[in-house]
Amino acid sequence: MALLKGDTGGQVMLGLLLAVAVVVPVLNLAVPEGSPLHVSTYTVTLLGKYLTYALLAVAVDLVWGYLGILSLGHGAFFALGGYAMGMYLMRQIGDRGVYGDPILPDFMVFLDWQSLPWFWHGFDMFWLAALMVMLVPGALAFVFGWLAFRSRVTGVYLSIITQALTYALMLAFFRNEMGFGGNNGLTDFKDILGFDLQADSTRVGLFVASAVALALGYLACRWIVTSKLGRVAVAIRDAEPRVRFIGYRVDRVKVAIWTFSAMLAGIAGALYVPQVGIINPGEFSPLNSIELVVWVAVGGRATLYGAVIGAIVVNYGKTYFTGAFPEAWLFALGGLFVLVTLFLPQGIAGLFRQLTRRRGGSAAEGATA
Amino acid sequence: MRQSCPYRPCSFRLRRRLKSAPPVVAAVAALLLLGTVVTGAAWAQSVTDASAADAGSAVEAPQAPQAATPAPDAGDTVAAAAAPSLPESLAKLADRSFKVKQQAAEDIAASGDPRAVEFLRALLDGDLYYRKDDDRIVFAERSDGGWALTDALTGEDLGEVGRRDARKITINNRMRTALRTDIAALTLASPDAAVRLEAALEMVGTTDPDTLAALEAQRPKEQDAEVLDAIELALAIAGLEAESPDARMEAVAALGASLYPEARNALDELIRVEQDPAVLAAAEAARADTERRVENMRRLETLFFGLSLGSVLVLAAIGLAITFGVMGVINMAHGELIMLGAYTTYLVQLAMPNAIDYSVFVAIPAAFIVAGLFGVAIERGVIRFLYGRPLETLLATFGISLILQQLVRTTISAQNVIVENPSWMSGSLQLNPALSLTFNRVYIFVFALLVFVALLLVLKRTALGLQVRAVSQNRAMARAMGVRSGRVDALTFGLGAGIAGVAGVALSQLTNVGPNMGQAYIIDSFMVVVFGGVGNLWGTLVGGLTLGVANKFMEPWTGAVLAKILVLVFIILFIQWRPRGLFPQRGRAAEG
Repeated sequence: MALLKGDTGGQVMLGLLLAVAVVVPVLNLAVPEGSPLHVSTYTVTLLGKYLTYALLAVAVDLVWGYLGILSLGHGAFFALGGYAMGMYLMRQIGDRGVYGDPILPDFMVFLDWQSLPWFWHGFDMFWLAALMVMLVPGALAFVFGWLAFRSRVTGVYLSIITQALTYALMLAFFRNEMGFGGNNGLTDFKDILGFDLQADSTRVGLFVASAVALALGYLACRWIVTSKLGRVAVAIRDAEPRVRFIGYRVDRVKVAIWTFSAMLAGIAGALYVPQVGIINPGEFSPLNSIELVVWVAVGGRATLYGAVIGAIVVNYGKTYFTGAFPEAWLFALGGLFVLVTLFLPQGIAGLFRQLTRRRGGSAAEGATA
Repeated sequence: MRQSCPYRPCSFRLRRRLKSAPPVVAAVAALLLLGTVVTGAAWAQSVTDASAADAGSAVEAPQAPQAATPAPDAGDTVAAAAAPSLPESLAKLADRSFKVKQQAAEDIAASGDPRAVEFLRALLDGDLYYRKDDDRIVFAERSDGGWALTDALTGEDLGEVGRRDARKITINNRMRTALRTDIAALTLASPDAAVRLEAALEMVGTTDPDTLAALEAQRPKEQDAEVLDAIELALAIAGLEAESPDARMEAVAALGASLYPEARNALDELIRVEQDPAVLAAAEAARADTERRVENMRRLETLFFGLSLGSVLVLAAIGLAITFGVMGVINMAHGELIMLGAYTTYLVQLAMPNAIDYSVFVAIPAAFIVAGLFGVAIERGVIRFLYGRPLETLLATFGISLILQQLVRTTISAQNVIVENPSWMSGSLQLNPALSLTFNRVYIFVFALLVFVALLLVLKRTALGLQVRAVSQNRAMARAMGVRSGRVDALTFGLGAGIAGVAGVALSQLTNVGPNMGQAYIIDSFMVVVFGGVGNLWGTLVGGLTLGVANKFMEPWTGAVLAKILVLVFIILFIQWRPRGLFPQRGRAAEG
């Protein structure tokens, strides 16, 4: 637990996460449905979805908060991980699809394809899909980062080309010829590893898996930022040329952390897809990627646990607003963007820190950009 | 490091492709050509207006010249003196026998009356009726429960009659063919070149000796090059049927020079059936020749589409070049300011529904003011607190963009609205049979250039421009010299936003106007600015036009979506190669 030393927010967050990961499944499976304490499966899935978003936000915070790279394309890595998982789930459908083809997914039969495209082979094996969930986003991030960071593309330019990346991928995945179901994406999943996706126990299992992934992802990021690598990263964020002049290979540090972050985002996507039951090119939309940057901004940059808070608070707000006042959601989200950047540059986490500092005086180290 | 740069092959390939494509020269030519088009736009306008008016009022227009020179010496019923008068022939149309009717139609054609074409065309179109009780020839229009009749000859209103009291004058296929020929021959003598052109094109492919005689008769008299072209086409196609190989050779040569698709079809047909080897070889050569020329025209057209798309990109991006390039502010709400401009056009049109033609001239300043005011408000309300923090500005302005979108959705409608095109923007400029340019695209191209020049002048020649450049280069020093940087910031942002609004007016003429339209342009606009080089208006112009043309030239090979993806990938790679765009800023300002 040396990782969490001095990370009060992280300790509280992980404690809460542990509690939720134990209590929610019990309340869902052991408490009878009529009881006021019962947590519906719908809520469990919703919470599971939030947890995957939180993991994604942690990945973004790692590169934005600690490395100073504002990625407007992290949604792409999330979606790629989701697609890799979606392909596995598609292959699991087997002959239970509408057209009953034992090999080809429905949309391929519909497009009158005769055989499986090469990149679909092997996705009936879970281990390969699980590997691809990390490898595909990781490889893309590596190539992209290797090119961009070596050429010293920084700041706004980098943000804009990451946006171009996700936009290009969105357009590409919308094409039927790509072999990923075009517009409709991948859906109608039946089961995962032999467990029925509609069953309560599977849902709870996915929820717990998301919680575990979030906890592990958090600890891994925490490990990076407390390591020497993390300290170089923070130095790069604050004064890149100076770090370079001292003799560090800035591009390598950046590529390493960037790629790791992308793989984390891919895992989040892979856990997201079986819970919501669909993955389509809309996940690549630049709007999604920008939105998730706002989760981090709302929660507080460069704290990691702030990203978790931000992702859950904003998404809960979204669920609430789109249900109660669908008209007002964009006003609320837009207002949140403006207000947080103007008045809460440290986010909710910063607010907490300010409060605790005022009360106890245990000055937490302030992260500024 | 640079040597191992993997994008060299890419740029090399591009260069090679350009080299292999003759249109580089054509591109320059087309630019010049477009320039002449532009200056001649007003002229071209008046031409189409005139022809439109003629087409509309052909009925009333006294066509004296035609009557004076009784058109065709075609037809066997040429004995003009003995021919029955127009009213007589017209009355005969009520007869049951097709033979009589056909004779009557030919008499009408031969009558030399200026209204003959009108009657024949009505007959062909089935608009001519006769009243049952007195066999009077009438125009009939369906009214509730019957027909509203007007006398064909006098135009007198004959009131309404029952459904069974008037009957359509029926024609058979032979008559139909004859009518078409007659109409064509008559219109071929029309004083209006547009009518003659239409007639000549109608006759293309005919083998009827009378029609061909009419064409031959018109050929030496014809002054209009376009009509002459069409006449020669029709004659050459007919000439392919000639007995002597020499005559066929001549026809083949004529067809080889034509850009009409009919010429190519005729040559294809000839190549299939031709026996004479010399003619066959000539036909094949001519076919290849036309193919090549049409291909060149197609390239020119693609270039035009590319420049048109490029001009749209430039329009959308140029406001951003100001706010992003000059001020260093990343305005994600830029697309929404474009949208506001488009909606202003819509509202202006709602306010002046009877003057759509002029609404654009009201909408341009209105959109500039509306979007500009929004821009000033955004700058004063949000952005000025965020200078020096570009990434935060990005998020805050993105929030503003969401608010503006929802604002339009709530106050106007979530659906797309319809913005009408002024009539002078519809139609197209037919340069030759294989190449036509639509007016709205030509105008928008010109408009984009005008906006660009205006903006350049503002920045280089006005006091505000001087201050803007001073602040963007060194804020502290500018302030020390007495420039009120806050005011300059607000005005610059307002200017960029106003230009976005003006771009919205132009875009409203090309695409759907809806709450989401801004999002479609924001990414493209950023790409253009980043590609061209931040802080450089020329870079935006060149970048926008290049991307537009590249996109359109790729489309035939790859399809629209893939072309767009490739352009995005190209920009991503290009940025690696030249991280500061095509025209990077130099000097100290670039370090910021």
